[in-house]
Amino acid sequence: MDPLMIGGTALNSRLLIGTGKYANDAVMPEVIKKSGTEVVTVALRRVDMESKQDNIIEHIPEECILLPNTSGARNAEEAVRIARLARAMGCGDWVKIEVISDNKYLLPDNYETTKATEILAKEGFVVLPYMSPDLKAAQRMADAGAAAVMPLGAPIGSNRGIRTKELVQIMIDEIDLPIIVDAGIGKPSEAAEAMEMGAAAVLVNTAIATAQDPVNMGEAFALAVKAGRMAYLAKTGPEKVYASASSPLTGFLHEGDL
Amino acid sequence: MSFYEYYSNYKNIEHEAFFKNLTEADILRTISKSKISELEFLALLSPLAANYLEDMARRAHQASLQHFGKTVLLYTPMYLANHCTNHCSYCTFSVANNISRHKLSLEEIDKEAKTISATGLKHILVLTGESRKDTPVSYITEAVKILKKYFDSISIEIYPLTEEEYKQLIDAGVDGLTIYQEVYNEKIYDQVHISGPKKDYHFRLDAPERACKAKIRSVNIGALLGLNDWRKEAFTTGLHANYLQSTYMDVETSVSLPRLRPHKGSFEQVVHVSDKDLVQIMLALKIFMPYLGITISTREKQELRNHLIPLGVTKMSAGVSTEVGGHSSCIDGDGQFEISDTRSVDEIRDAIRERGFQPVFKNWMQIT
Repeated sequence: MDPLMIGGTALNSRLLIGTGKYANDAVMPEVIKKSGTEVVTVALRRVDMESKQDNIIEHIPEECILLPNTSGARNAEEAVRIARLARAMGCGDWVKIEVISDNKYLLPDNYETTKATEILAKEGFVVLPYMSPDLKAAQRMADAGAAAVMPLGAPIGSNRGIRTKELVQIMIDEIDLPIIVDAGIGKPSEAAEAMEMGAAAVLVNTAIATAQDPVNMGEAFALAVKAGRMAYLAKTGPEKVYASASSPLTGFLHEGDL
Repeated sequence: MSFYEYYSNYKNIEHEAFFKNLTEADILRTISKSKISELEFLALLSPLAANYLEDMARRAHQASLQHFGKTVLLYTPMYLANHCTNHCSYCTFSVANNISRHKLSLEEIDKEAKTISATGLKHILVLTGESRKDTPVSYITEAVKILKKYFDSISIEIYPLTEEEYKQLIDAGVDGLTIYQEVYNEKIYDQVHISGPKKDYHFRLDAPERACKAKIRSVNIGALLGLNDWRKEAFTTGLHANYLQSTYMDVETSVSLPRLRPHKGSFEQVVHVSDKDLVQIMLALKIFMPYLGITISTREKQELRNHLIPLGVTKMSAGVSTEVGGHSSCIDGDGQFEISDTRSVDEIRDAIRERGFQPVFKNWMQIT
C-alpha cells in the first residue's frame, strides 16, 4: 500500500486501532500483529506505570507508534495537561486530542479541541484532533498545526458506520491534511467504504475489541482498509442515476437523418 | 427546572393502572427501540415486562458492550468514621444505636490507605457517618490530601454538602460523589428518618445537582431498595439519573442498586426485592440510559454478582470492609451493614476474568 505521511513519519498501514473495551489486554499483541497497524491509541487515564496488576502499555509492541489520547478531558486546558503528562511519561510526541464534555452522546467539542491543538502543535506535538465533522472547524485545526484531522463517522462506540458521510466527504475534498475517520466504524465493509471515499486512514476500536474474535476481526479490518485504499487509487467508475440501456431511447438519433 | 419539578410530572402516576393497560406488544416494541421515553422505561419495570427479561438482557448486554466494552472497574470503600447525628430506622450507624464509634486519625488514614493500595486498587470511595460535628469538611479535606498519595480517583459518600463545600473537596482532589436518596417517596422518607438533619428531603435530593454545579466528575445515585415498592423507587431513580445526565452532560452518571441488608436498626416493613426484581431494574435502566454506569456492591452474593457482570455492570466493589479502619484492622468497630461477597480483590479480579471481562484498576487520574 502507498505510505501515509503523518507528522513526517511514513506509515505503511492505514489502520489505526484503539485499546479500550477489550475483555483482556493480553490479546492486544496478536490483534496488533494481525491488523498490521503501526499506530495504537491508548487513554492516558488507563495507564498505570506503577501497576501491581497490569499496565496496558506493556501489551503494545515497541515498534508501534503510541498515540496517547486525552480521553477524560472536558476542555482544552485539561487536554493540554494530559498531553504534556503523556510526553513526560515517555509516551512520545504523538497525541490524539479528545475533548468531550457530553457524557450522554460523547460528542467532541470542536472549539476546545482547536484551542488544545494550537497550544500542543506549538510545543512540537504531532497533534491528531478527534472532531465532529465540520469543514470550518477542520480548517481551523489545520491552521492551528494539526498533523491530521479525525472526524467521527458516527457516535463513538456506536458501530453504526459512516452516518456523517456527506460531511466527511467535503472534508476529504477540501482539507489539505490526512482525514482519518475515527469512531462509528463497526464493520470492515464500512472501513473499506471510508477508504474508497478517499479517507487517508481509519481508527477502529469498539468493532475489534468487542468482536467475538478480536484477532480475526483485526485482520479483517486490515484487508478491508487495503481493499478500500486500492479501490480509491484505482478510481472507481462513475455512478449513474439510470441504467445505461443497451437499446437507448435516443438511439434513433444516430441512425442517420430521418 | 430542578429535579423535583421534573419528578413532579411523574410522581402522581397511578402505577397499577398504567401497568394494567400495557400489552405484550408494548413491551416488545419498547425493547426493540433505540431510544425510549420515561413512560416506556416505566413499562420495562412492569410485572408484564418481567416475562421478557431474556429479551431485555440481550438488549442491555449489547448496549453495555457497545458503550463500556468488556470491562468492570474495581474500587473499594474506606470508612473514615461511623459517627452519625441522624436517627434512621434502617441503619446501624443511627445515633439511636449503641455501637462502637470511631474516627480515624490522619496517621490511621495513611495506614489504611497504604493497606488498600497494596491490593492494586486505584479507585477509592471514602465514607463517613453523617456527622458534621465529628467529621467536618475540613477533616475530610485533610483525609483526601493523604489519600491522593495512594489513589488516582477519590469519591466520597458522606452527608450532603453545599455547593461551596463540594467545590472545596473537589479542589482537594475528590472527583466522584455517591449519595443515595434512600427512598424517593416523601412520606416514607419522613417516617424512616426519625430525627436529624437527614430529615430534610429536599436538601438531600438536590445534593447531586449541587455537586454537578461544583464541577464534580461523576455522580452515583440510588434508592435503598426495600424501603418502598421497588418499581416506584426504581422509576424515580431512573428519572433522577436521566435528569442529571441530560442537565449536566459533562458529568458521568451512574446508579447503584443497594438492597437493604441485615443491620442494627428498627425498620421492619422491609419490601422484599428478589434477585429477579433486581435484574429487571438493572436491565430497564440500561435500556433507558445506555451510557449509564451501574455499580453493584458487596451487599450482593458472589454468585449473583458474577452473573450480573455481562448485563451491564460497570463498577464493582472488591475486598470490602464496612468497618472503620477495617482494611488495616487498626480499630475494632461495628460495620454499617453485613456484606455478602467477602472475596478479596484478587478473587474478584479472577472471577471477572473467568466471565470473559477485564477488571480495570485504573480508569481515571487527577492531573494538577
